[in-house]
Amino acid sequence: MTATAPPRRAPEAGPSSGKSAAGGRLRPRIVERLRQGGLPYLLLLPAILAELLIHIVPMFFGILISFKNLTLFYIHHWNTAPWAGFDNYKAAVKIHQPIGQALLHSFWVTLSYTLLSVALSWLLGTAAAILLQDKFRGRGLIRTIFLVPYALPAYAALITWTFMFQQDTGLVNHVLHDQLHVTSSKSFWLIGDNSFWAMVVVSVWKSWPFAFLALMAGLQNIPRELYEAAAMDGAGVWQQIRKITMPSLRPVNQVIVLVLFLWTFNDFNTPFVMFGQNPPHQADLISIHIYQSSFINWNFGSGSAMSVLLLLFLLVVTAVYLLVTSRGRSENDV
Amino acid sequence: MSRFTDQPSPMAQPKSFLWTRRVVLTLLLAFVLVPVYVMLSSSLKSLQDVQGSFKWIPHSLTFKPYIDIWKTIPLAHYFVNSVIVCVSATVFSVVLAIFAAYGVSRYRFMGRKVFTVTVLSTQMFPGILFLLPLYLIFVNIGNSTGITLNGSRLGLIITYLTFSLPFSIWMLAGYFDSIPRDLDEAAKVDGCGALGALFRVVVPAAVPGIVAVSVYAFMTAWGEVLFASVMTNESTRTLAVGLREYATQNDVYWNQVMAASIVVSIPVVAGFLLLQRYLVAGLTAGAVK
Repeated sequence: MTATAPPRRAPEAGPSSGKSAAGGRLRPRIVERLRQGGLPYLLLLPAILAELLIHIVPMFFGILISFKNLTLFYIHHWNTAPWAGFDNYKAAVKIHQPIGQALLHSFWVTLSYTLLSVALSWLLGTAAAILLQDKFRGRGLIRTIFLVPYALPAYAALITWTFMFQQDTGLVNHVLHDQLHVTSSKSFWLIGDNSFWAMVVVSVWKSWPFAFLALMAGLQNIPRELYEAAAMDGAGVWQQIRKITMPSLRPVNQVIVLVLFLWTFNDFNTPFVMFGQNPPHQADLISIHIYQSSFINWNFGSGSAMSVLLLLFLLVVTAVYLLVTSRGRSENDV
Repeated sequence: MSRFTDQPSPMAQPKSFLWTRRVVLTLLLAFVLVPVYVMLSSSLKSLQDVQGSFKWIPHSLTFKPYIDIWKTIPLAHYFVNSVIVCVSATVFSVVLAIFAAYGVSRYRFMGRKVFTVTVLSTQMFPGILFLLPLYLIFVNIGNSTGITLNGSRLGLIITYLTFSLPFSIWMLAGYFDSIPRDLDEAAKVDGCGALGALFRVVVPAAVPGIVAVSVYAFMTAWGEVLFASVMTNESTRTLAVGLREYATQNDVYWNQVMAASIVVSIPVVAGFLLLQRYLVAGLTAGAVK
């Protein structure tokens, strides 16, 4: 396809037949080079346009409207909304005023939720990946079953968990109260303090298969010779796991812990499907908190300011995390 | 890549390891399977059964919930909406990803690194950050041009395709990297252009990666709740939002909710488990780099 040069004659090619043949060889080369230069950009163009429309432009637009006083009244004519300066930001960070206080509370809830969920998901994923490393009967089946929570649509799984956490009819109270007699009465799981723990359990259930999947892939890259050498030196299975498997998984761990952290911190589905638009105070994750102040209270300016703050926080966390973990790694390698 | 995992362990495992393995894996299996069992068994119970205290073994089995789910809410309509939106988003996302991944994998050009990093980082940004401005942009585009994006399937398709795009590009670029360049050079010598080489040589060789990316894109779109809850209306509502309607009535028909959950899960779970091998291989190729 690249060989089909335009039929137009090159200006520098003379009228004589000999020169024109030389020009004919020269031109495709120039066209080739031009296409070579432009082609990668052309290939990327559709993807770039889509990303621009859905991600990049809205991001900058979001920063813009965070400085506006954009309420329901201005939704259809956003540009007529009055400027608010830093008012939206000030309201969000004033921790002694209702808005700031609620945001800070939501932030702490989200942080505890995220740290617990990521730690547990990582732990389960690592345990499962290591225990399924060697071949045994039923290994393939167990691996497939472990991936089911990952494959299920989030809302279907979340609805099922909501059913299990019902006070009268749920499985959790049936087991805890009726069968094990751990609790003296059937507790409420979807309101009050319990709602936080219910949410953590569900989050771990949904997230750990991803850690498992990524770690399984990571385990395949550890050369078998390492284990053989360790076995020759008399290292037992536990020692091999500690001395070979865990250090080799460091790069994979670095990525999955960060990815899980960001996903869980931004989690919207879990509280939204479990509790609806008004989650209990103890389960007020930041995404749904912002959603509420934007789409329920119809204050887009304030919601955008909170989103920008959230983004800044995540950027700082990511940068610090990458800095710290990468430095630790290079020191270890020496 | 050494596939040592398919060979027996280099040394006999001690009892402590075998017991740990048995206990931990059993507990994990229970943790994973209990909700699945609840879903399945409750979907076969009568309404009376699910309204009483939970029972592990159903009193009697009935398929009635599977018939009723289509009448209680317009489930079929939501199903069609979801299929249209998710299939279109998947097709567009994969095609765009193939082009972009080919560019990233086969060419060295200015801005290559910036592109990869920017695109990948958008994946990590909070969805809520885009939701508000995107909603406003869609509303205002509708006002000024008459192209309805808010509340329409088109708007949702465009949005969803970008959700899976970054990861798809990254995964496919990794996959394309593992296909020898000599192959496309040979195709170019044979008279194919760059695009000819892409479609005649690279794409056929990357089928497992493309399948993996398609499954991933479809799953991402099928399970999305946040944007669907804001950007759809009654006629364009997808399953992710529609399923909540069983629960907003005074009486929650839990047996129907469970039956509907199973029905909407079947396409993705079946697809995922059937193509699991490709997906794991595709993920691995991406992770190995």
